[in-house]
Order: sequence, then structure tokens, then C-alpha cells
Amino acid sequence: MDIDGELDSGREDEVRWRDRNRKVKLSPRAGGRNGKQATSEEEEEEEDEAQRKRAHKKKAKVQDSEEEDEEEEDEAQRKRAHKKKAKVQDSEEEDEEEEKSIKRKGPKAAGRNKKAVKQVSEEESEEEERGKKRKGRKLTSKNQKEGQNKEKKSDAKGKSDAKGKGVKDKGNEKDKKKKNAKYSSSSSSGESGDEDSLSEGEIAAQKEEVEEKKKLIATLRNKPWRMKRRLKLLKECQAFVEKFEGALGKGKGRKLYAYKVIMAKVMMGLPYGSIPRKTVPRAQQAKAMDYSVLLDFGVRIFGVMPYLSTLLSLLKVQGYCKYSVLFYGYYNDERTIGLLQFRLPLSYLLVGVGIFGYSLMVVIRTMARNSDEGGDGGDDGQFTFTFKMFTSWDYLIGNPETADNKYASITTSFKESIVDEQENQKDENIHLRRFLRVLANLFILCSLGGSGFLIYFVVKRSQDFAKLDQNTLSWYEKNEVEVVMSLLGLVCPPLFETIAELEEYHPRIALKWQLGRIFALFLGNLYTFLFALFDDVNEKLEQEKYIKNATIWGLKEYYANYSTFHNTTDIPPPEIPPADVIRGPCWETDVGIEFVKLTVSDIQVTYLTILIGDFVRAVIVRFLNYCWCWDLEAGFPSYGEFDISGNVLGLIFNQGMIWMGAFYAPGLVGLNVLRLLSSMYYQCWAVMSCNVPHERVFKASKSNNFYMGLLLLVLFLSLLPVVYTIMTLPPSSDCGPFSGRAQMYDVVMETIEKDLPAFIGNIFTYATNPGLIIPAVLLMVLAIYYLNATSKNYQNANLELKRKMQMARDEEKNRRNNKESTNQVMHDLVGLLPNRSLIPPPAEEAPPPDSMSEKGSKFPKVAKRPGAADNVKGVNLQKDVSLAAPNSRAAVTRPPGPRVPPGNARGPPPGPGRGRGRGAPPPKC
Amino acid sequence: MGNKQTIFTDEQFEAYQDCTFFTRKEILQLHGRFHELAPHLVPLDYTNQPDIRLPLALIVSMPELKENPFRNRIVEVFSEDGQGNLSFNDFVDMFSALCETAPRELKTIYAFKIYDFNVDNFLCKEDLEKTLNRLTKGELTPEEVNLVCSKAMEEADLDGDSKLSFSDFENMISKAPDFLR
Repeated sequence: MDIDGELDSGREDEVRWRDRNRKVKLSPRAGGRNGKQATSEEEEEEEDEAQRKRAHKKKAKVQDSEEEDEEEEDEAQRKRAHKKKAKVQDSEEEDEEEEKSIKRKGPKAAGRNKKAVKQVSEEESEEEERGKKRKGRKLTSKNQKEGQNKEKKSDAKGKSDAKGKGVKDKGNEKDKKKKNAKYSSSSSSGESGDEDSLSEGEIAAQKEEVEEKKKLIATLRNKPWRMKRRLKLLKECQAFVEKFEGALGKGKGRKLYAYKVIMAKVMMGLPYGSIPRKTVPRAQQAKAMDYSVLLDFGVRIFGVMPYLSTLLSLLKVQGYCKYSVLFYGYYNDERTIGLLQFRLPLSYLLVGVGIFGYSLMVVIRTMARNSDEGGDGGDDGQFTFTFKMFTSWDYLIGNPETADNKYASITTSFKESIVDEQENQKDENIHLRRFLRVLANLFILCSLGGSGFLIYFVVKRSQDFAKLDQNTLSWYEKNEVEVVMSLLGLVCPPLFETIAELEEYHPRIALKWQLGRIFALFLGNLYTFLFALFDDVNEKLEQEKYIKNATIWGLKEYYANYSTFHNTTDIPPPEIPPADVIRGPCWETDVGIEFVKLTVSDIQVTYLTILIGDFVRAVIVRFLNYCWCWDLEAGFPSYGEFDISGNVLGLIFNQGMIWMGAFYAPGLVGLNVLRLLSSMYYQCWAVMSCNVPHERVFKASKSNNFYMGLLLLVLFLSLLPVVYTIMTLPPSSDCGPFSGRAQMYDVVMETIEKDLPAFIGNIFTYATNPGLIIPAVLLMVLAIYYLNATSKNYQNANLELKRKMQMARDEEKNRRNNKESTNQVMHDLVGLLPNRSLIPPPAEEAPPPDSMSEKGSKFPKVAKRPGAADNVKGVNLQKDVSLAAPNSRAAVTRPPGPRVPPGNARGPPPGPGRGRGRGAPPPKC
Repeated sequence: MGNKQTIFTDEQFEAYQDCTFFTRKEILQLHGRFHELAPHLVPLDYTNQPDIRLPLALIVSMPELKENPFRNRIVEVFSEDGQGNLSFNDFVDMFSALCETAPRELKTIYAFKIYDFNVDNFLCKEDLEKTLNRLTKGELTPEEVNLVCSKAMEEADLDGDSKLSFSDFENMISKAPDFLR
């Protein structure tokens, strides 16, 4: 940092330079020149005085400002001195010759100088006078240069706006500084006399410096420096900018500067401020997401059909509710209702099928989005432990309980990784383990089959019960199926878990197996239940046929009797109150009732489990612990754990049940919305009050797509039976919106025929022609094949690119380790060591030999500064150099794998003293 | 500012605004918090820049830091003297670096400093062990700690000097999905 370097030089420097100035001024001059020189001297002194006055004024306000001002002053003087030195060399030359010499310095430098001259000439009146002298020469290029000027200005603005990184800034500054030095020494400044003692090159340099300082001010907050140092630098820079902008820009610059600062603030503020985000990770987020997504999902889908939710007398579904809006049988087959001709049967069918379509779409879209967000995953596994160590704490945590949970979760995740690592290294008796795994799977298959058979048996038995008189049956006999299914769901998962102990899988794989088994259990149960139900339905259909025939026969008899009795053909329909009409069994409603019963019993079992298994247990553990033989909290019963994956699975199955049942019991949807809402608050309370986090949380998958995939599977599986019944089974003849039709989908046909214009019917006929459908299916299969192939190609390309990126990164790493770009950050890091804030970082190492002589004079002098004694400074310098040293080592030519004792080709050995910087600076190369 | 007593001059405000990511109001709030920590020590009037430092124990008791496993390190890193005594400047500095508008680069640098327990500008194995023990409240066995640390070192140490330099750390952090997001 050269700014500090300049600041270092204190008053003694100033004095020295002044002396030199005097000497220079005393040297003989050409006649016409002398007068000007004298004026320039006066002006200089005037300026000095003015500066001092300014400084004094500032002193009242700010303590340090005097020092800064003088330092800047000193800097300016030093530059002037450079000029004078140049003058000494060619003191005999005439003005015009000097001007020529500017040109001789090279077209570029001259051009820049002239630009600067131009700027000044616009701003300074004195300058204008001088400009008149040289008009003849200058006028030709004046316009051009104006344009160039503006360009340059805008360039500089752009640079300062662009928020560079600290290191780059430094680099630029360094470069610029060197340039400045070159300019100020190379420009021979013939005009210095009549333009406020500033040469063109100087002005250009100063402009640049002002820009630099402005940039520094704008990016100051991004620098990892101590506040004290920042404040000080800020003051210095502001003073500098104020002073020179005032001189060069006459206040215009100040506005510009303010604008720039605001812009910089806006630019810096926006990208970070507008994105809400957390400082550090939340490991629980993924799980929370699972839960909320599903909840949200359930509510969203089933908010589609807002139905009247009837308060159920819970297990007496058979009673009043059977004929309520809850079930299929409530709706009748009137083709159109009301003035608006609402077509109930049609909309019933369309909504029933539409739910599936919509659900499918939502699930698949969510999965696609998740897999998008899941991102590359390319770097996974590269930094497992390091990421966990450095980025797992959430700095926003302020609640002790949350913090405890976070500690526990971090510990768990570390243990997880450790287990992972150990699994990788473990190898044991593979035959024994294989045998055990086969055995375990055998057990599980047995229990799955057993549960399936049990359910089939129970459903069959319940059908037998149903034929008996309802009043003689006990509560258990009426609800056997549901009770058995809930019990199975309660008992089997822990059983599976116990069996899974045999297998000794890695916990994450074990969790997947476990989930898969529970899934199979539930699905198996559901499907056994469904098959048993289908048997039942077929029976009902037979029964219905019988009743229908009987009814028709009865009607016929009635008509025959009526006509013979009254001797008329005008027969009124038989007068029977609707409640007494002989009814068919209406299998749809029965199916709906089964699903509602399942759902309700599921709710009951869940709630009771939470109440007893969690709450009562927690209460007992908590309060009996005072008077018990062993520690209940740490020992056997302990508190219940919140089983995340189990709960998510439960939600998924609940959803599946709703999907299946919604067609036959539309009210189920409303019921489920209520259930989800209440269970959210209930379970939330239970989790917060009586559960402890799972001892070993293994997420089944990093993305949510694992559960979404399960959901999709369940959706598909629950779609199957419903669509099957819609397409094949004839609807009941005397209940429901489709009564009297051969098939449910006849409603659609009917609508097409009666309500739509004929050509649409034609189109449908064509569209349903197998000759069209088969090619369409073929086309789709081909498309799937093609897309699959392309995606595979892309995947391969992706992998290839990733490998290339990795290689490039490694290369860059090697290069970076050898470069000096890390130097600045190292300096900053050193600056953050205690009590170092105001110690200036060392000047650029290895300055070019020509500038060495000038800069050398700066170093020994340390400005008076609070808290930084001279000896400390010496040590620091050494330290900085030694810290920078690793960059001077030779190129790394071998992979970083094997460790060799450091020392060869790696700079100085990292001895104990090196870190602290007490060692001698290593030789520079 | 305003109706009450003057806490900062306009110049001070502007300086702080330029040096931090805070607005005037937030700086006042920060001063309020600082004052709250030790009402008898910290004056309400900061116009003459009193050099008052609050000890580490006081700072650490702030709710923002109370639960942080690295609270002592954070305060030490931002304190001028390395002992954890914070002047108001250091205090503002700390919250500026920790606030969410601070850029990633800055945070990386300070994170490195925080994890560098023995202040040698390298993360060596002891640093990692300390970090780990703070994160897990010492619930891992020494063998586990050892395993994790050597694994972490193996992962992030690219130049093979068995300690993490800042460039190692920066490289690692730049790939971290969870850092600052």
C-alpha cells in the first residue's frame, strides 16, 4: 500500500525536500524565466500557508487532520522537487525547447500530458492565459482532446464504480503509483511557473490519485482492516479528495463523488440486501422442507374441491353420514341442474379424474424444480469434513434450546460422517453378513406376507359380519379391519427396525431399506384391502342385480295389477315415501365409507400414539424421575424421539388414501384438510414439548426428491384402482350421479352427443380410433427414447466438463500458490493481529532499483503514531516480509499427495518462530 | 441526533457510514446496544471519541453472541488488543463484518481469523481440534476428533504442508454451498 508509505514520511522529509527545493530555486535561470520562477515560489509559499490555515481549521474539528494535510503537502512538494531536479539538468533550455522535450519523451506520455494540460486550461484562468500563448499549436487538436478528456474521465469513473476486490485494487494502485512516479519525474514541466506550480503530468497523476482515493473510499468498508485504520484512511482520503478536487474540479467533483459513493452503496447494497439468506447453514432445513412441502401440497390439492365438512360422529359413519354430501350416493343423476345447466354427473367425473391429472402435474413439477435446485453436486464429497467444520454453525442462533439442538445435530452429522468413513475402511466376514442379510429379508417377507394375509382374512370376516344384524355386533367387530390395519402399521415398523439390526448396513442405506419396507407394508396392506374390497364390490353387484330385477318385477306386477284393477293404461307411479324405497347396496358409497373409516381410524391412532407414546411418557419420565431407582431421562424409557422419515411416510400414505377415496367419498377431502391442519399444530406442540431429536439423524437423501418420488409412486398406485373401477365396473343403478348408465364414462359421450356440435363428436370418434391411438403411443415411445438418449449424452458431457473444470482448478491452484497475489491478503491478515491496526503495511517488496533510492529515504522515518513504537515497527516489517515469503518459492511440480518434510523448494521451514514473524526475513529472489 | 443529546457529529456519522455497511440509524442503534452493555462506563456523548473498551465478558453476554460456540474468538478477533476488549470502533467493526450486506470475501477473511485460534495465520491441527470441540461441545471421543481433523486437513490442504493457509481456506469456502447463502 503506497498510500501509507507516503503517509509515513513525516516532517523531516518535508524539511529535507524543502531544502532541496531552495537549492534548486537558487540555481541560475534564463532571464525571462526568472521572474516566473519567482512568482511560482511565491505561489508555492502562499499555497503552503493556505494549506496550513486549512489544516488549522481542521484541527478544531478533527485531531489528526493537520498531520495528514501536511503529509499530503509534503507529497506534493516532493513531486515539485522532482520537477526542479529535472530543471537543474536542463536549466539553460528555453521554454519552447522544454515543450519539445515533452514531446520527445514519447508520443504517449506527451499526449497524456497535453490532455492534462487541456483539462487544466479549461478550469484555470491562468492556464487560459498560457493557453493563448500556445494557441497556434494547440487549436488544431483542441477539440479532439476535449473528447479524449471526457473519455478518460468516464473511464476513471467506471473504474472507481466497479467494485474491485481488495487484491486487485492494490495491484492497480501499485501500477498507478509507478506510473505517477514516472510521469512526475519524466515531465520536465516548463509551465510549472505559470500554472499554480503544477505540471501537466502532475495534474494527470493527481487526477488519477484522486480517483484512486475515491475508489478506496467507496470500497473501504470491504477491506479487512481495523476500524481505527479505516477511519484514519477515510479521513486522509477525504481530505485529499476534497483538497484536490477543489483545486481541479471546483466543487463539481464533490457532487460527482457524492453521487459515486451513493452509487457504490446502492451497487453494493442491492445484490446482498435484496436476497434474504442465512449466514451459515441450517441442517434441519431439508427435513423441514419435506414436511412443509407435503402439508402445503395436501392443502393445495384438496382445497380445489371445497366441500361441506360434516362433523362426524367418528365411528358411526354408517349412520346419518352415509347419506350425506360426504359420499358418492348423495349425488343424483339429474343431467342438468338449475338455470345455468350445471351438469353434475359430468363435472363429478371430470373433477374426479382431474384431481389425478393435477396432482401428477404438481408432483412432477416439484420434482423437476427440486432436481434443478439440487444443483450440480459435483463437489460433493470433496470437502465433507471441512464444510461441516467451518460452515455448519448458524450464526443467527440466539435461543439456548435451538443452540443445543444445533450442537446435537452437528455432533450427529459428524458422527454420521465418521461412520461413513469407518464403513469405507471396514471389511469383515462377508459370508456371514450375506447370510444374515438374506435371513433378515426372509423375516421381513414373512411378516409382510403375514400382515397381508391378516388383512385379507379380516376383511373377509368383516364381510361376514356385515351380513349379520348390525345391532348384535360389538364395536370391535364393526371396526375390525381398521383396527387391525392401524395396529399393523404401529407394530411392523419397529419390528422391521429390529430385524434390520441383523443386516449391519450403513445407516443411510439401512434407512432406505427401512423406508422401503414400511412402504411395501403399507402398500401391501392397502392393496390387500383393495382386493378384498373388490370381492365385496362384486358381491354387491350381484346383489344389486338381484334387487334391481326384483324391483323391476315388482313394478311390473304393480303396473299389471293397477291396470287390471282400475282398467286404465294411465298408470301413476307407485306412491311410496322415498325412505321406504327398496334400495340397492350402492357399492360406491360402501367403498367410500371404507376409506373414510380408514382415514378416521388413522387419525385416531396417530393422535392417540402421540398422546400416549409421547406426552404421557414424557410426563412420566419427567416427574417420576424425582423418585425412581434409575435415571429415567437418560435410561430406559427416556423421551420419545421424533421420527422424521416415519412421519413423512405417514403423510404420504395418508395422501394416497385420500387420492383413492376421494372419488367415492368427496367429503374425505374436507375431512383431510381438517386433519392436516389440526395435526400440524398438534404435532408441532408434541415435538416441541415432549420429543427429543433423533439420536442419529440420517437424511434419506439430500434432495427432497426421494420423498417426492415415493409420493409419485403412491399417486400412481392409488390412481390405478380408481381408474380401473371407473373404466370397468358398472355404476349402481339406483344411486350416484351415474345411475342408470352402463359405464361411468358414458356421461362424457352423452355430453358430446347432446351438448356439443356434431363435428366435435366426429373428431372424438376419429381421435379414439385405434388407428390413431397406436401411432400416437408409438410416437411417444420414440420421443421418450430419443429424449433419454440425449439426456444421457448431456450427462456424459457434463461429467467430462466437470473433470476438465477440476483439472483447471488444480492447475490454477498450483499457479496461485506460486504467485504473489495472495500477498495482500496476508498483509491484511497480519494487520488484524492485535494492536497492529495502524501499522502501515510494508511497501511493495523489491522495488525497482531506480526508485529504491527515493523510497529508501521514506522507510527509516516512522510517523509519530499512538501505540506504535519504532521498535515494534521494525519487527513488523520483518514479519511481513517473512510472511510474504512462501510466495517466493519455486513452482510446485508434484501433486500434493505425499508429504515430504517441508524445506526444499518451499521457502523457509515453518519453524515455531516463523508464524510469529520473529525469524529473519528469507532471501528474496 | 435530533431532539435528544448529540451522540455523534455528522462527520462521525459519515465516516462510520463510509467505513461500515450501516446506516445512520443502525449506528445509533449499535451505540445504544454498546451503551446498554455498560451504562456507567460508556458515555452517551461520543463526539470527542472517548477511548473506552468493554471487556470480553460483557460483549459475550449479548444475546447475539451468547449461544455462539466461537463467541470468544469472534470478540478477540475484532478487538484491537487481541484480548477481547472492544472499543466502540471495534464493536461497530464486528457487526459490520457480521452483517448480511458484508461481502463474502470479507467474511471469509474474518472467518479464517476466527478459526485461527493460535493467531499464526494458519489453521493447523490444533485449531481444527478446537473448532471441532466447540462445535460438538466436546462430545466426540479423542479418536473421533483426531479422525475428523486429519480428514479435514487432508481434504482442504492443497499444498501439503499439513496446515491450512488462507488460500486453502478461501478455496474451500468458495465451494461451500452453505457459507453465506
